[in-house]
Parts: sequence; C-alpha cells; structure tokens
Amino acid sequence: MSAGVRPSVHDLDDIVAAILDRATAAGATAADAVAVESDSESVGVRCGAVERVSEARQKRVGLRVFVGRCSAVVSSADLSVDSLARLAADAVAFARVTAPDPHAALPDPEDIIGRVPDLQLYDDAIMHVPTDKKIALAMEAEQAALGADAAITNSEGAEFSGTSARITYGSSHGFAGRYSSSRFSLQVVPVASRNGSMQRDYWYTAGRRFDQLDSPAAVGAEAARRTLRRLGARKVGTCKVPVIFDPESAATLLGHLAGAVSGSAIYRGTSFLRGKLGLPIAVPSLHVYDDGTIPSALGSKPFDGEGVATRKTAVIEQGILQSYLLDSYAARKLGLHTTGNAARGVGDTPGAAPTNLMLRPGTTSPEAMIASVDQGLYVTEFIGYGVNMITGDYSRGAAGLWIDKGELVHPVEEITIAGNLLDMFRDIEMIGNDLVPRSSIIAPSLKIGRMTVAGA
Amino acid sequence: MPTDVARPQGFFFDRFGLTEGALERVLGTAAARRADDADLYFEFRTVETASLEEGLVKRASKSVSQGVGVRVLAGEKTGYAHTDEISLERLELAAQSARHIADDGGGSSAVTAAAGGGAHDLYAVARPPIETPLVDKVALLNRIDITARRYDRRISNVLASVGCEERLVLIMRADGRVVGDVRPLLHASVTCIAEDGGVRQSGTHGGGGRVPFTWLLDEDRIVGFVNEAARQAILNLEASPAPAGTMTVVLGPGWPGILLHEAIGHGLEGDFNRKRVSAFTDRIGTQVASPLCTVVDDGTIPSRRGSLNVDDEGTPTGRNVLIERGVLRGYLQDRLNASLMKTAPTGNGRRESFAHIPMPRMTNTFMLAGESAPEDIIRSVDQGLYAVSFGGGQVDITSGKFVFSASEAYLIEGGRVTRPVKGATLIGNGPDVLTRISMVGHDLALDAGVGTCGKDGQSVPVGVGLPTCRIDGLTVGGTAV
Repeated sequence: MSAGVRPSVHDLDDIVAAILDRATAAGATAADAVAVESDSESVGVRCGAVERVSEARQKRVGLRVFVGRCSAVVSSADLSVDSLARLAADAVAFARVTAPDPHAALPDPEDIIGRVPDLQLYDDAIMHVPTDKKIALAMEAEQAALGADAAITNSEGAEFSGTSARITYGSSHGFAGRYSSSRFSLQVVPVASRNGSMQRDYWYTAGRRFDQLDSPAAVGAEAARRTLRRLGARKVGTCKVPVIFDPESAATLLGHLAGAVSGSAIYRGTSFLRGKLGLPIAVPSLHVYDDGTIPSALGSKPFDGEGVATRKTAVIEQGILQSYLLDSYAARKLGLHTTGNAARGVGDTPGAAPTNLMLRPGTTSPEAMIASVDQGLYVTEFIGYGVNMITGDYSRGAAGLWIDKGELVHPVEEITIAGNLLDMFRDIEMIGNDLVPRSSIIAPSLKIGRMTVAGA
Repeated sequence: MPTDVARPQGFFFDRFGLTEGALERVLGTAAARRADDADLYFEFRTVETASLEEGLVKRASKSVSQGVGVRVLAGEKTGYAHTDEISLERLELAAQSARHIADDGGGSSAVTAAAGGGAHDLYAVARPPIETPLVDKVALLNRIDITARRYDRRISNVLASVGCEERLVLIMRADGRVVGDVRPLLHASVTCIAEDGGVRQSGTHGGGGRVPFTWLLDEDRIVGFVNEAARQAILNLEASPAPAGTMTVVLGPGWPGILLHEAIGHGLEGDFNRKRVSAFTDRIGTQVASPLCTVVDDGTIPSRRGSLNVDDEGTPTGRNVLIERGVLRGYLQDRLNASLMKTAPTGNGRRESFAHIPMPRMTNTFMLAGESAPEDIIRSVDQGLYAVSFGGGQVDITSGKFVFSASEAYLIEGGRVTRPVKGATLIGNGPDVLTRISMVGHDLALDAGVGTCGKDGQSVPVGVGLPTCRIDGLTVGGTAV
C-alpha cells in the first residue's frame, strides 16, 4: 500500500482529538497529547560565500496514557489513521507493563488554563523574510567581524535561522489549546590568529520577533571584539582569588540553579538544594524569578506541557529558596502545587524546566566590579560540564581575562575554576546592573568572593 | 552477505509507495543544476525506553520517527531539505529546495541506481533488542534495583534505564550507488545514590552496543554494571577535595580514552582542517604525540556502539590510523571535505538523523596498547592523580584546549594509590598533551558502550579506548591548593 492512498490526519487539533479518542478506545482511563508542526530555514555563509541553505518541515504527535495509576508515553511522525490507532494501542499496552504509581495522573482539572492569552510569540515576518535576505544578513554580520581587525583572519561562518512552530495540547479533561511561535537568530563565529596561535569566539542575537534582533553589524563587531581579546591567552598560577562572571557566564550559574530546583531532582534526591525550601541558600541581595508570561520573550508560552497556565514564580527572594519549579507529578510527590513549569518534548514524559529565568540586577556597574578586584579572574567562557548536582561541587574549564589592580590586563586560558555552588551563591559580593534579555536564562555580572583557580 | 540493501529498500518502497525509477528522477532533479554531488537519505527509527526510580518502573516510552533528507553539493556549498512526510511530491519539492545553492546551467542529470555492496556485516543479531518484549526489560530493571540495594545499605535510591532502537537507513547517491543498513542499538544505565550521615553522592555505570538484549544478561554484565555504579557511589562518600594545579596524571584503561576523543579526535575532523580552524591544521606528517602513541579510529569492530557497516553517506567504515608512533597521519573525512581536500572519504560521514547534514565524526577512537605493566606506571609516580572514570568532556578545536571531568579519582603518593578524591575537571592543550605521555600500558580496554558525542547540535553514538597511560603534567581543577 502506498502513502499516497493511506488516509492521514493533517490538522493538529484533529490529530490530537483523534489520538485521544483512540487511546480511550484502547482502554486508557486518562490521556493527554501534544502535536507540534514546525517549519524552519537556515542559511550559513562562510568567508563571504554561501556555504549552506537548509530547509525543514516536521510534524509529530506525542501521547501520554494512564491506565489507572500506570502510564506510558509514545510518539510518532507517522500520522496515518492506522498508525495513530496502533500508536494508541501500543501506549496502553506499555502502560499495562509499568508499575502502578500512586502519584501518576493528569494535572487536576482546575489547574488547566482557561482562556489562552496571546503572548505575541509569533511574528509573521517568519513567512516573509526571503532566503536572499537571510543570506544578506548573515553576510553582513560576518563581514562586520572580518573587517573589524587585521587579526581576524578566518571564520567558522555566520548563520541566520528562522523557525515557526504550531502547538496543540489536549487531554481527556476535555481541554484543547493551541498557540504559534516563531524564533529568529543570527550568530557569527570569527577566528583570529597572531604569532601562530588561533582563537575563536562567537556572538549572537535571537528573538521571537524579527525586529527584536540586534543589527548584523553590531553582532559581527561584538563577535570580533570577543575573539580578539582572547589572543595571547596564557595560563596563570594556581590560586584562590575573587572571580567575576560576565553576564553570559553568570547565566550558566542560573542554569545550574534551574536544574537543582527542578521537581524531579528534588524528589529523587539528586539535587544539592533538596530540603532547603524556605531556607537561606544565597546572599540576601539575590533574587531569582521564573516568568513564562513575558510578551515576546524567548522562554514564554501561554501554558506548559500539561495544559497548565504559566506564571511568574519567585524562586529565590532575599537569598531564601522560595519555590521549586514543578510539573504536576513532581508537585504531587512533594505535597506541593504545580508551578506550570512542565516542559515536554513530543515523545517525552513531562518534566519541570524554567521558562524565562532571570536574576534581578543590582546596582554595580561591571567596570566598578572589575575595579574592586586587586588580583582576580574575569570569566567569559566555560568548557566542559564539571558540575555535580548532588553535592553542588563545581569544577569547570574556563577562559577569560586576568584582573590586576582593578584592570583587565591579559587573556587567560587552560585553567579551571572550582568551588561549591552553595558556597558560591553565599559568596556573591556584587550583583551587576547590566541585565540584558538576550536569551531565556539571563543574569547580570556577578562577583564571587573567592574560588580556586587551577593553572600552572 | 555484506550490508543488505534488500530489507531497508523493500521497507521504504512498500511503505511509502516509492520506486527506484521515481527516486532516480528525484535525484535527477536534485542534481540538475551544476551540482557536484547529491544524495537521498531515508530513515525509519523506532526507539523504546523503560526506566526505574524509587524501586518502580514508572516509565515506558516508544517513539517512531521517519523522514528523508535531500542533499545537493556544489563546491563548498550544501543545499539540504528534509521532511518527515515521505512522499514523491514532498521529495520533489525538497529536491528543488536543496538545489537552490547550485548555479543554473548544468543541464539534466540522469541517475541510474545500482545496489552498492557494503564492506561489512558487523551487527547481525538473531533477535534485535527492539523485538524483546517490554516485560523482559521491566524485569531487568527490577533486578537492577534489587542488586544495587543489596550491595550496601547506604544505597538510598537507584535510577536505571534500558533503551533500545532500530534504525533502517537507505541511501541513494547521484553516482547511482544504493546502500542500506539496519542498525540495532542497546543501552543500559544505572545511577546509584548513596547517603550516609547527611552526605549524598552518586555513581553511574552502564553499557551497550549493537547487540541483542540478552547481551546484558550474558556473563552477568548487568550485575557488573550495577556493582560498579554502587561501588563508585559508596567510594565517593569518603572522597576528599581534589588537588588543584599541574601534576602527573595516570589515566586508567577504557573510558578515560575520552581524552583522545576530546584532545585530538575532534581536531582531526576534516571539516575543521579544510577550513583551517583546527589547532591541527597543516600538521600531517609532524610529531604531535610521544612515539609511544598510536591512535586509530575504527568503525569496523563488531557489535560496538560506535561501529557502522557504512557511514551515513554510504561509504564503508574503516580502520583509520590518526597518529602512528607519535606522527600525525590522517584526518577523518566525509565525502564533501574529502573531495575538497582531494583525498578519499574515510567512512566517517555521520549524521544524527535524516534532519541533519552529515559531517566528519569519530566512530571508535582508541590508543593501541604499549608495553608497560599498569602497576609499574603507578609505581613510577611520586605525587599525582590516578583517574579511572569520567563524566563528559569538551574541546575548543581552535585553541586546542580540552577538558574532561573525573567521576572517580585517587591521589598517588610515593608510588601508591592512596585516598579517593572528589571529581575534578582536567584541562589541557590538545596538540601537546600526547607529547607528555611517558608510559603506555599493555592493558588496552574499550569502554563499555556508553559514549555519545555532540558536535554542532548533532549527537551520535561513539566508542573510546585507552591503555593505562602516564601524562607528565596536566592541570587538575580541584579546590585543594
């Protein structure tokens, strides 16, 4: 039989309705489903010539079923009528093999979002920016980097990409909601060389709306600046010194925090923040919020992967751990309430993840922060993943600039910085005033009093 | 019988109503302009996983993905279009999109398909792991939980998963070559959480390969994995802070081969060298390691996680010598970069899925055994670190700096392994770390089949291997100064 004659379901709402019907027919006592359709185009240029044009279209459906307190998840890109029926039957058969779990269930019906707000996540410019324009923007950004300095001698290229997605969620509670989103991004990776040694760095801009992007010239110039300042990098001696994290580096600390306050890490005992709810875990000046409702922000969505409305959650206020980030299952396990943070890949069981996570800026300028350090490190990049989330032990490869008597004096590489995340959060001496909404996890510059730098 | 094209071809043709003639026309469309090369990559992949926590197999999932990628190459340019709707209509549209990068005026291009025999048959399994009933996998997970908790009463939680997949691949190239592959993959992972007096630690182990499900039961492998994870968790309860600074490091055999993967493997991938952005650019024929070091990338080892009968462009995999007695011999190539560098593809053109463009990637990368006894290597070190297990690693191929993070390590004091120390990240410089290797053991081991390599957003399964090695001077990123 050929695909051409196999009846398929095309509309996302119809796909969700059809598979929920099949699940019930197959014996599921409850179910929810998510269908996602995406289109994307990305162009890559390198050294002034087009290197790559790629185009993609994908459509998938994911189904979670409950048979009593047993559950399973299935997903497929085969949306033919017979495949959907088989998929639902597979899900029910799988669920019957898993162990009953008293906490397994859909979210409570009263937690499901009512009216779905328009968070302005979709910009129809995604349909109207032609390939040639994308190429021109990438070329302009790369040219700005290549032309910035004679030491920029090569390039790993520039890329412009645009993606749009349509998402429908539905469940046996009778709810179905949908939204559309778009995302544009432009990045440049220049390579600089001097005296036989090479360095690369990058810079990027991204947004839901085309008009949120920084200009290609600005992106290229910043990429060049970041790359050039790494030339001539060397090791420093092993020491314990103050460490300043630039905003991009500081955001990685928030990323670790997000992992540590995720509901599943808490109930599994794999987080160093287990048992710390309501307790001071950081300096009193530290405030961290997760907010999925910010219009046109990269991490925003009207409802989470279980149909629960997103919201603003205070994670840390005045240094005190105020809330975990929770999906409905982790919440039930912990005797708490979902925070609308269920993230869900089409084929995955929902699990908590941040939406837009931000650290509230302070009042110190990055210049004043650097000026406050006699001898220390200004970190601009990490390499590797040396973080133990159970203990908070932290040891990561790093690169950056050395601070001598309040000034950035030379680039540093092939070193690690080490400490413990809890100690680091408690040792934040200054919080920068330089918060910029560049991505979904953002932080201003941070100064940590003392960490171990391992080098020569 | 080498790589069998019949099953994948029959599957895709029957399921999606395709014919050889129709695909020849699609490829003709793709290559109609001034294209140098073009290919179609069809994929149908089924993945099944089950996982356990808190003594319950709470989760089971199955995912089916399918799609086709159409690629057109012209000079250094790549046009790529992919869709998960496999139909002639979508294929024709994708071919037209992909060929945009090629200049007009090539005239029409006729393609005649011919089955290309692959060179290998590395993972024919009587019963693919995907066909083993889920109940058997659930039973295994329950056994893992019991085994781990029996190991030590301080084991407070066990997280375990068993995953398997089957990937059907059909590749058709503009030169007419048609190649198919059926790729099984099995993986089991165990994490034990140990708790004692308010201190919590974890240990992780696992393994797998292109093997049947029963491989986990043979020779009690799964029990070995569980005991390893539990042992490491308990050991880490007593670990003290790792030292900080540059010191002699001895790496144990097997998975510490991740050193080679990060320090040199990525830097030897053809794309980075063609673009002249790798720290190894133009270094073929030069000394990049001590004469004790011979490093190969071998995609032809039967049943290994990193092995393939053919790569994702239809080129048979090979055993490629990267470094021979310290001298850099070759790069890892896909078709595009090999052609631009006027050399032969090495069977390393890999992609995560139909939705991704192939790139030069590693398969199983390891160092050949040397002559030293491992205990002599330890005995030769007065003060240093002995690292036997690792988490992940990463490299900046342009500066050459790489890191990898230890999950089990000990101090060496006076030629003896003494106290366990907490995981520390090791950082070094790829082009010179292997020149500091002063002893190589006779105990080459490959890892248990756990590696996944990420590059440019694409993940592929890989293997690594290493004999015990002494490195004279690597920076250890602990906290104890």
